[in-house]
Amino acid sequence: MCLAIPGKIVEIASDNQDSAVVDVVGVRRKIDLGLLQDDKPVPGDWVLIHVGFAMSKISEQDAADQMNTLRMLGEMHGTLQEVKGYGLEEVN
Amino acid sequence: MRYVDEFREPQLISKTAEEIRRLAGTERNYRMMEVCGGHTHAIYRFGLKDILPENIELIHGPGCPVCVLPMGRIDDGLSIAQQSNVIFAAFGDMMRVPGTQGSPFEHKARGMDVRIVYSPSDALKLARLNPAKHVMFFAIGFETTAPSTALTIMRAKAEGIRNFSVFCNHVTIIPAIRAILDSPDMRLDAFIGPGHVSTVIGCRPYEWIAQNERKPIVVSGFEPLDMLQSVVMLLRQLKAGEAKVENQYKRVVPWEGNRAALRAMAEVFELRPYFEWRGLGFISQSALRFNDKYAEWDAEQRFEVPGIRVTDPKAAQCGEVLKGVLKPHQCKLFGRECTPEHPIGALMVSSEGSCAAYHNYEHRKAAMVSLSSVA
Repeated sequence: MCLAIPGKIVEIASDNQDSAVVDVVGVRRKIDLGLLQDDKPVPGDWVLIHVGFAMSKISEQDAADQMNTLRMLGEMHGTLQEVKGYGLEEVN
Repeated sequence: MRYVDEFREPQLISKTAEEIRRLAGTERNYRMMEVCGGHTHAIYRFGLKDILPENIELIHGPGCPVCVLPMGRIDDGLSIAQQSNVIFAAFGDMMRVPGTQGSPFEHKARGMDVRIVYSPSDALKLARLNPAKHVMFFAIGFETTAPSTALTIMRAKAEGIRNFSVFCNHVTIIPAIRAILDSPDMRLDAFIGPGHVSTVIGCRPYEWIAQNERKPIVVSGFEPLDMLQSVVMLLRQLKAGEAKVENQYKRVVPWEGNRAALRAMAEVFELRPYFEWRGLGFISQSALRFNDKYAEWDAEQRFEVPGIRVTDPKAAQCGEVLKGVLKPHQCKLFGRECTPEHPIGALMVSSEGSCAAYHNYEHRKAAMVSLSSVA
């Protein structure tokens, strides 16, 4: 829950500016951009994601370092389970 | 040192560790509290205790949301889900936390509809997918997760989704730090400030710790080098007789925090007059609940909850460990009745709980050493 997961913004929904698709080490999921409305990311930007919400913009290097930290903490499996929404993301 | 050797910039880590030894000297002891459970996990995982000199003691703080939640709240949340037609949704960390009648997973085995979700927005999605059922999201967390709950409720209201509610257990970090500083058996020299909470609240809310309590605090990142640099910054302040708020984690934490997140919280929440914390007791204005505008999505207003206070199992000493008075292995149940596989107290459940972290790294390391000495 408290993991900060780095992801790259791939696409922002055309009908909802607060909804984006991110890529997290090859896994894609929808996230909410509503908490970054003062400093909106654009496709190609990297963000730190907390429980499905982008919370801060970060550099590509910081994203790589954060992913490495998660790996070293032994949290990669848990991270990917979370990104996949425990199967819910596959529902539709 | 195994993990540190694998980490980036091992030379810089060695240099920083040398600087810590030089600054710390041998004349006195230093007691520093890492507030955040994520830091506790990282400290054990990376073996930072082996790097720090003996006269620097790290005390584990209250920043593990699962650990500080009293058992009565888990019972209350589960009692709502006992009603037919209710789906109980919660983060994965909650699933093995024991209530009086067992954990959410054990209730699921007995037939309750329990779902793990990664995000409050996934719980709202469950409500959209199950219009004939009621989805109750069991919300926990500090300011790191509270804005996401807030925005989810705002979205539920905007979309008119009424088969959804939140059982709110969000807590705030500042009153917990204040309670620890007020505790008579706690002597601390400095704080390693939480990284992700500070992304939301920024660094200003810590200024009273420096100004009024004369304790240095450094907001820190989670890599080994981040935490070692934070210890250097704290030691430099202590040696100079200073007490300031400093930000080691500037690459992620803005001094002013995330204003959009703070606005979402202000829109939806109000402070509870008081809230019970495991180990710390009742702390005034330390937790959040929904204001009247969002009462319809507040599970506590929508359903009857027993609200019965439950004391922890007598032999378990979670409270003392949470306050840093006892080390995890000094609890009578540690590693015997209470293990990560069969947790009795919540500190053994979450990877951010100090008992689980200690058990997974220190305890197993010690067991391997004694095995190899036998061989």
